[in-house]
Amino acid sequence: MSGVVSFNWRGAWAIYNQELSRAWRTFFQTILSPVLTTSLYFIVFGAAIGGRINEVDGISYAAFIVPGLLILTLLSETTTNASFGIYMPRFTGSIYELLSAPVGVAETLIGFVGAAATKSLIISAIIMVTARFFVDYSLAHPILAVGIIMLVAAAFALFGFILGIWADGFERLQIIPLLVLTPLTFLGGTFYSIDMLPELWRSIALVNPIVYLVNGLRWCFYGKSDVSIGVSLGLTALFLAVCIGIVAWIFRTGWKLRS
Amino acid sequence: MESILEIQGLTKTYPGGLTALDAVDLDVRRGEIFALLGPNGAGKTTLIGAVCGMVRPTGGSIRAFGLDMARDWRRARARIGLVPQELGFDILESVERSVRFSRGLAGLAPDPRKIESILRSLSLWDKRDAQIRMLSGGMKRRMLIAKALAHDPELIFLDEPTAGVDVELRRDMWRLIGGLREQGTTIILTTHYIEEAEEMADRVGVIDKGRILLVEDKDTLMARMGSKEAVFTLSEPLHALPPDLPGLSLSLGEAGRSLCYRGSGADADGELAELVQALVARGIRFSALDIHESTLEDIFVDLVENGG
Ligand SMILES: Nc1ncnc2c1ncn2[C@@H]1O[C@H](COP(=O)(O)OP(=O)(O)OP(=O)(O)O)[C@@H](O)[C@H]1O
Ligand SMILES: [Mg+2]
Repeated sequence: MSGVVSFNWRGAWAIYNQELSRAWRTFFQTILSPVLTTSLYFIVFGAAIGGRINEVDGISYAAFIVPGLLILTLLSETTTNASFGIYMPRFTGSIYELLSAPVGVAETLIGFVGAAATKSLIISAIIMVTARFFVDYSLAHPILAVGIIMLVAAAFALFGFILGIWADGFERLQIIPLLVLTPLTFLGGTFYSIDMLPELWRSIALVNPIVYLVNGLRWCFYGKSDVSIGVSLGLTALFLAVCIGIVAWIFRTGWKLRS
Repeated sequence: MESILEIQGLTKTYPGGLTALDAVDLDVRRGEIFALLGPNGAGKTTLIGAVCGMVRPTGGSIRAFGLDMARDWRRARARIGLVPQELGFDILESVERSVRFSRGLAGLAPDPRKIESILRSLSLWDKRDAQIRMLSGGMKRRMLIAKALAHDPELIFLDEPTAGVDVELRRDMWRLIGGLREQGTTIILTTHYIEEAEEMADRVGVIDKGRILLVEDKDTLMARMGSKEAVFTLSEPLHALPPDLPGLSLSLGEAGRSLCYRGSGADADGELAELVQALVARGIRFSALDIHESTLEDIFVDLVENGG
């Protein structure tokens, strides 16, 4: 007889494991796509355009865009991975197994979000190694950088999880990353310092939450950024907390999961 | 006998306003095979969903193993297995991994020997490394059963386990389900094949439009409600019923060429024997005798049409 009383560790581990093995099946896609995208960005922005922009904030342009690129790929990969992770069982009908198993919110989240975040950490490492082939960047606060990457990965894995539950079709699944995340990321100071913008646009940019993520990570790399690291960390944590709140509500009400 | 599942006043109204379960009371005993019969849309799957966690009840209470499912769902669910009506898999997963996942989800330590024996008993062992998408329809159904058995449940729900399965495989499944019962597993199954309930069930429940119409021992039900009809094709037409035949329910057919007897319950066999002897004694000769015994199917159709 199982000893499941308050927390089902084996259940959480089973979900986590299954999700990672799903990624393993598409190993080359998982690994190759970030390597390819990162390389392309470096060739276009780093080499072609960077040749004309010398430095931003005293950092070479190619090095300047590394943290932004990291966030760019991190957000889209994490969100997509996590949203597919929970959407697929809903789509195929295998969700019945999760709903009838002795697993609750915590186990489900640790499994799905943990796996999505793990994949993101691996992808981040790959991006950083790939970037190294193009540019000699430095990393001023490595531990804090890992911390921010983990925080962002967890937050957007949760965000993706919510999307995957909300979506009623593949189209809806793609629409938020495509229409919201990507534009916000591009406008979020990935490839430029928002100090380079005219005053009006600068103020508008400050409303974009992704500015704070990019700048938080940039600060970890080079010790300087457009906004303070404290604000960055605080906002990321806030976003994480909001996502946790929404997920808890989803489970309590069974929204879109239980009929 | 000890109850393993106690459902009281269970009601489910779907968001659209449809009441799929209407104050259902049901007790299932430990160790029995309970067959839930009902037409399409009766509420069978909704009932199973409410117990297992896919459906949020609007009212009522469910206790399994004496545990309140609303509070102690974690402990209770670890002891319940579910074979859903619809196929639903991660079709790219391998057979063995998929069953291993189910066991882990229930919170149990891996047990390769256990999984091997489950897969062997369902003739899936040879396919253990195959992806689920490569299985035939019947194999996929058995796969659902394998997943439901992975954690040795004490109570197992089978929602139309033999839908779309050929005769031979259906017999195999009956054997498997019989075997589970031998080991002490309680089984609740829904089916559209009445012969399945007739063959296997200890007790039968009939549900229609979200209401339980009756719950009864299968044998009692068949004896009480089962009727016997015997039609004698007469050699010489009769103009009237012989006046001195014992008080049986008899009628004459077209032009007095046949005699029809109707009886029900446990007495019918004796009455029929009596009738045959009486006919012979009176020199009323017949050239054929056609006996029809009602099945669960007849009882069921009757119940549903007449609303119990
Ligand atoms: N998710 C849902 N939302 C709204 N109505 C539903 C939902 N699921 C089932 N119903 C309705 O509830 C009623 C009972 O459905 P249910 O699936 O429980 O029937 P059933 O007895 O299992 O039928 P079948 O023998 O066809 O499987 C039906 O009228 C059905 O349309
Ligand atoms: Mg059904």
